[in-house]
Amino acid sequence: MTESAVATKAAPNRLLALWSSVIGKKVVMALTGAVLVLFVIAHMVGNLKIFSGPVEINAYSRFLREVGYPELGYGQLLWIVRIVLLICAVLHITAATQLTVMNRKARPIGYESKKDVETTWGALTMRWGGVLLAVFIVFHLFHFTAGMVGFQPGQFEHLMVYQNVVAGFSVVSIALFYILAMCALCLHLDHGIWSALQTLGWVTTDNTKSLRIISRLIAIVIFAGFISVPISVLAGWVR
Amino acid sequence: MNLTLKVWRQQDAKAAGKFVSYQVQNVTPDMSFLEMLDLLNENLQTKGEAPVVFEHDCREGICGSCGFLINGVAHGGHRGTTVCQLSMRFFKDGDSLTLEPWRAKAFPVLRDLAVDRSAFDRIIQAGGFISAPTGGAPDANAILVPKNDAERAFDAAACIGCGACVAACPNAAAMLFTSAKITHLNSLPQGQPQRDQRTLDMVAAMTEEDFGSCTNHGECEAVCPKEIPIEFIGRMNRDLIHATLHRRGE
Repeated sequence: MTESAVATKAAPNRLLALWSSVIGKKVVMALTGAVLVLFVIAHMVGNLKIFSGPVEINAYSRFLREVGYPELGYGQLLWIVRIVLLICAVLHITAATQLTVMNRKARPIGYESKKDVETTWGALTMRWGGVLLAVFIVFHLFHFTAGMVGFQPGQFEHLMVYQNVVAGFSVVSIALFYILAMCALCLHLDHGIWSALQTLGWVTTDNTKSLRIISRLIAIVIFAGFISVPISVLAGWVR
Repeated sequence: MNLTLKVWRQQDAKAAGKFVSYQVQNVTPDMSFLEMLDLLNENLQTKGEAPVVFEHDCREGICGSCGFLINGVAHGGHRGTTVCQLSMRFFKDGDSLTLEPWRAKAFPVLRDLAVDRSAFDRIIQAGGFISAPTGGAPDANAILVPKNDAERAFDAAACIGCGACVAACPNAAAMLFTSAKITHLNSLPQGQPQRDQRTLDMVAAMTEEDFGSCTNHGECEAVCPKEIPIEFIGRMNRDLIHATLHRRGE
């Protein structure tokens, strides 16, 4: 018996037992993916406040730090969310990497003539699109969260979201990189949302078409919401 | 009609294989695909060459013996059809066809287009059965089965274990096969006592055989000659979650 098979039967903890099976890893990817999708939707909606002007969005960024007072101190909720997101991202990427390694080993000799019949662009770009998104997220944190890259010295000011976004996206290459990453996100979610529902056993032969359409719609709405900001800055509508 | 075939030839499991081109003449539209290969083999044997090895038995799409890729699609790309049931009327004079065996670590090529699928047998041995005590035969219909459960079990039981799902899967996963076998028995009252153990054991066996895992591309469903839906993979996942969480402390 392989390690994983023994572990499935003998793992002392039920969550560990789930993690050690191939299907368990898929389930972890689906659940952590769901958390990340919910965050991405909230993030996108928050971004749209930029169209209400500098006062609104800058107040919103202070609100995110002050919400929950007095039960939570300044910024504590934000840190809780960040830690949960980090754990989800780490689990999602770890499971994806382990499954990919396993899947590559499952077909050591490839086909010469194989054609795809059913698959989608989204499904085919999951892995490399995911790598691009991981790179993007690291850059994004150094860029808009920390202000350590992409700004002139002294240009980035903490909590001055509106001014930071306008300055950040005025660099064309950075704005284009954001739009490219959002294309990857759109494809990732087009397959990912439906795929998570399928992995968790909610997709049936009867509802699969509707769920695929819903998945695609959510992906497109998120994509449109996110790219509206860099496009508006590049076009000069937000300045 | 006359066809050009590019066929994978491999002497045995250890030999290096290669594609070899053959001309097949006087193919008629009422032949099945395998009858066309029989014609090729007769010609090869007349010339003193080794015939192309392919698996076949019932030739009516129910035994699961036959199967290979025709121009990159398992079983040739006609929905719900095995290669033995594929008629030559779908092809036209001058067509060029590439025939390639299933490719997966768990399915080593034995010779030419025949692969070793005993990994599937070992998954079945791990839990694809119900344990029934011997004795007098129980009354027919003594156990009532809700219609929906019976229908689902029957749909799942239609799996003939041909291996096309593994062949078409980008990850060489056996999840459609395993989920069909698990759904078949887990849907029926007779399968309930061993439901959790069956699910855990068959998934563990599937993993041990070096199959990959599902990325929900849906390629398996598209080529399955019995049109098993990937819905069953979701059901297997649910059963596995339940079994893993439920069995603690036993």
